[in-house]
Amino acid sequence: MIRAAIVGLLLAAAAPVTAQTIAITGGTVALGDGSDPIPNGTVVIRNGRIAGAGMNVPIPAGAQVIDARGKWVTPGIVAGFSRLGLSEVDLSGGLTDDRASDSPFSAAIDIAPGVDSNGSTIPVNRADGVTRAVVAPNTGKSIFAGQGAMIDLGADPDPITRARLFQFVELGESGGNTAGGSRPSAYVLFRNALREAAELSRYAPSIASSASRSPDAIGEQPIVRNPNESREYGPGAQRSDDVLLTRFDAAALVPVLRGRQYLLVHVERARDILNILQLKREYPALKPVLVGASEGWLVADQIAAAHVPVIASALNDLPASFEQIASTQSNIGRLRAVGVQVAIGMIDDNDTRYMFNERQYAGNLVALNDVPGATGVRWGEALAMITSRPAEILGLGGELGTLAPGQRADVVVWSGDPLQVSSNAEMVLIDGVQQSLETRQTKLRDRYRDIGDSALPEAYQR
Amino acid sequence: MVSNRWVTAAFAAFAFLLPGCAAMAPPPKKAPPVRINLDPYPSTYHRYPGAVTVIRHATIFDGEGGRIEDGTVVLADGVIEGVGGPETPSPSGAYEMDGRGKFVTPGIIDVHSHLGDYPSPGVPGNSDGNEATGPVRPEVWAEHSVWPQDPGFSRAMMNGGVTTLQILPGSANLFGGRSVTLKNVPSRTVQGMKFPGAPYGLKMACGENPKRVYGSKGNMPQTRMGNIALTRATWIKAQAYKRKWDKYNKNGGDMPERDLAMDTLMGVLNGQILVHNHCYRADEMAVMLDLAKEMGYHITAFHHAVEAYKIADLLKANGTCAAVWADWWGFKMEAYDGIKENLAWLDRAGVCAMIHSDDPNGIQRLNQEVAKVLGYARAAGVNISEEHAWTWLSYNPARALGVADKTGSLRVGKMADVVLWNADPFSTYARPERVWIDGALLYYSGNPHLRPVSDFELGQPGEGDVK
Repeated sequence: MIRAAIVGLLLAAAAPVTAQTIAITGGTVALGDGSDPIPNGTVVIRNGRIAGAGMNVPIPAGAQVIDARGKWVTPGIVAGFSRLGLSEVDLSGGLTDDRASDSPFSAAIDIAPGVDSNGSTIPVNRADGVTRAVVAPNTGKSIFAGQGAMIDLGADPDPITRARLFQFVELGESGGNTAGGSRPSAYVLFRNALREAAELSRYAPSIASSASRSPDAIGEQPIVRNPNESREYGPGAQRSDDVLLTRFDAAALVPVLRGRQYLLVHVERARDILNILQLKREYPALKPVLVGASEGWLVADQIAAAHVPVIASALNDLPASFEQIASTQSNIGRLRAVGVQVAIGMIDDNDTRYMFNERQYAGNLVALNDVPGATGVRWGEALAMITSRPAEILGLGGELGTLAPGQRADVVVWSGDPLQVSSNAEMVLIDGVQQSLETRQTKLRDRYRDIGDSALPEAYQR
Repeated sequence: MVSNRWVTAAFAAFAFLLPGCAAMAPPPKKAPPVRINLDPYPSTYHRYPGAVTVIRHATIFDGEGGRIEDGTVVLADGVIEGVGGPETPSPSGAYEMDGRGKFVTPGIIDVHSHLGDYPSPGVPGNSDGNEATGPVRPEVWAEHSVWPQDPGFSRAMMNGGVTTLQILPGSANLFGGRSVTLKNVPSRTVQGMKFPGAPYGLKMACGENPKRVYGSKGNMPQTRMGNIALTRATWIKAQAYKRKWDKYNKNGGDMPERDLAMDTLMGVLNGQILVHNHCYRADEMAVMLDLAKEMGYHITAFHHAVEAYKIADLLKANGTCAAVWADWWGFKMEAYDGIKENLAWLDRAGVCAMIHSDDPNGIQRLNQEVAKVLGYARAAGVNISEEHAWTWLSYNPARALGVADKTGSLRVGKMADVVLWNADPFSTYARPERVWIDGALLYYSGNPHLRPVSDFELGQPGEGDVK
């Protein structure tokens, strides 16, 4: 309790002063935890956190009351895997920060400084109810892409919720290509990298900010300390001659090796998934999370038994490559049916900008319930896959993704069922702060709403 | 829009020698002209057998803006035999189907697809969409790249309700080649899919792609002005080629040498081939409209047309359609000003507007893409009815393909290309329950035997699965 209070104070100090007590009343409230929506519910927000949500929640005196009758109220959408905020224009638009093709570094790359909340991709997605996103780098010369973050989409200069939350590695077809031309070569690279990390880890007995804390615990400090503070770079940290990684890269893998940092692994093929489950047996401290996993349903029982979570691509149903031959939209439903923890992500699927499609993807999984032979997902679970599940999988489940008391107040009021693509976000709160829904797109929309004779060119209209 | 009548006539033409009149008159000074076969890879598509079927008590979007509650549709002999309310009579022996709670629409038509020429799996051995060896390649025909075993065709039918689609060459080139319009039926050959009587299209492109692909190799075009200069120069050659052939077709004599590239462009100048122009920016579309006038052709439709909303008035005045996405933006500079109301704003201005996919996944959810547009338009204070919005999914694309007299709406006598949806197709929760093409039931979600499986998927994990 005391720690929570301190945390709350710290947050209040950091958050914009406009955070106030708000009660959203009369709407259909979905908590985001997998439960069914609650009609005529109330959501109360205080100091940037959820104070209560559901039926019979008292409205505090002095609260700003927002009438949401006829509307739906949910946690903000959490994009389970993205490159959001890293690229303003993907092709021929100048530098983007999602990939460092010619960098001498790999695992050491920390994506956080690349995320630009002033870019247009963040407001456009925010205006559609996306409030948080898991942001990963792309791989350059190595199978290791670097360290990704959880970000918020608030209209403020600091988008980082949690830096260095995970390491991202490619171990499927893409990994095989990067590693020199085969999957087996990628696995040798992977094992060698962990060997080099193990060697260095002797010089850093307490790289984690708190040795006693599991990565599932929530604190305001990042799980991985700023690398500049590490002793692994000092003159005393000796390495053998047999090294491939730079010192920075090897040091960056120490927390992965120790299970202090999640390891997001992109694989699609069933065989590759089994290989990752085997790696977990080999390195018991590893905290792997499967990303993509189009053929996961073929080995669903094994994934469930290994307790490895999945950030899956929802609607892959084409044999787009030989590692996705068995793709079906029922993949997630079948994984879920045997108890695998699943979130929806968008790896390599316009992942720098179209996070607003997450709710379309979730809705399509609900649609499968009415297709004979398909395996769909219940509505409440589908919403959870784009709100709480990504947060839970990355150890932030106590912090964001639902409307449970104490959670960060990322709340969206929708014109209707948010899994209907024709519904719109009408109000978006991030950390309890109401966000502008204006974007370059809405301004262009309004400028060209009616083309006609006017005294001055369109450039004067805004 | 270009009228279809002459197109049908053109494609009915055959290679034959006009008979001389030797017995009746003195020998002509010149040999009579040889007519070139304009259809050397003719459609072998034939409709599959279908039961006489009556769907009752469904909500109908007729594709031309009409909506019928408690509606009836009659499919017989491959065509729509009746559309109306509950009073619509059933032919004797018809299979009656209860459509309560369900929706009936014309099959979706995607005017922009690369299924078959960029098929799944997307490996280099299957990459057949861009003849990126020169910016002017009107001699290539998309149908010669189409792999009918692309599993994407069946997904587009079963999940997307797509019954007709245009396969285009890619946009690396200013002149990408000929397109082909297909019926979305499984077939051993592309000829077996070709939409009978559909005119050919010519894929053209402006903007970033041609200048990037060739400019990066130090070749023309390297700039937008290079794009336009090379496009104009090519049309000037085509005009000269056409003059030669017009003269020959009139007077006979020595046959001019045939040039496949120029044949296609002459087909455009003769009004037989429709121009489908990939173009994003408003200012570039305006230039292309003038270029078309300068060279004597008509642009049937701009594709992608991300900034079309800025020049809706120009498009309407030129009778040029716009085929667009719902919400794609920013993936390159010329897509930076994309807005989610593009389609709605075009429609408000009276432009022939439509949704398109350009994507093997997007083609499975074109109905949802239109639902997005309806939602964004509503949020901006513009209400568009669902029945009107269906024109963006079938009738307007049929117009752009020159087949609106044959399909694209539920009119008596038209091809029975029909989808029965298990719910309102603008709901994210709706899926096709049944799909008929020319009255043949080619998909039924309740029958695993009515689920096409391409050769590629046979013997693979997941063969015959619900995808």
